[in-house]
Amino acid sequence: MVPLWMYLVVAAALFCVGMFGVLSRRNAIAILMSIELMLNAVNINLVAFWRYQAPERLNGQAFAAFVFAVAAAETAVGLALIISLYRRRKSVVADDANLMKW
Amino acid sequence: MDITIESLVFLIFGALTLGAGVLVVTSRNLFHSGLYLMMSLFGVAGLFVLLAAPLLAGFQVVVYIGAIAILIIVAIMLTPGLTQIKTLFNEQWMVNLAAAVIVFLVLVSVITPLMDDVGVDNWNADFTEDHPKAVAADSMTTLGEQLVDPDYFMLPFEVASVLLMAAMIGAVLLVNPGQAEDESVVPPEGEEV
Repeated sequence: MVPLWMYLVVAAALFCVGMFGVLSRRNAIAILMSIELMLNAVNINLVAFWRYQAPERLNGQAFAAFVFAVAAAETAVGLALIISLYRRRKSVVADDANLMKW
Repeated sequence: MDITIESLVFLIFGALTLGAGVLVVTSRNLFHSGLYLMMSLFGVAGLFVLLAAPLLAGFQVVVYIGAIAILIIVAIMLTPGLTQIKTLFNEQWMVNLAAAVIVFLVLVSVITPLMDDVGVDNWNADFTEDHPKAVAADSMTTLGEQLVDPDYFMLPFEVASVLLMAAMIGAVLLVNPGQAEDESVVPPEGEEV
């Protein structure tokens, strides 16, 4: 099989791509998509460590399943916030969401 | 490492995941970003199959590609005229790129055996493991049973269902048009209406 560290390198690269997107994109929906990439990198790590280090116990797969649930909740609320922001300010640029800025 | 079919498939899915991931972040058209996100998620599903987790691969296709990515694309369509913002990145993007590259290099130096030659402690010797124990044939059944077993994951399972319920109610309340109508639209600064 492919050694474990190759999966970890793919996950690390995906995480860093997502991190760059979260930090740099101006569009709020693009930021949400980058967060999805980061969550997927975490899931690859969880499943890869489960497969290579403890395949007899299913904790890694169960954790990945809970990450799915949290990601679904996060996306639903995040998109609702963005659509609400768009209704009020006609913009989805994250810099324009400054209503609560001092 | 000799080239086997498995390593070839791993390379294909890994390249698909990473290439599409980079395109998600760099495409100017947000709709294309959404489609590339679906490709990237599909690549991750392929990696799950390689890792002997077919149930999670199914989840990935049904929940992520079928629900989350579609939800994001619908949201992109609901915010029209904004798929092509002139400046893609904010002013600090070069610093952010440097930070992301540095984090990646640090991670790689820790998780790969490359640094062992330099004399760094090889606590990561396990990571070169390439013949793990076989997965039990009924692992999918066991996972399903453990998810609703009080000795294993029943509590987090129920908490996850409450979380999804709360998120659904919250999302409906946030986009409820009834309360937003009587409040005036506040334009972004520097834009006279």
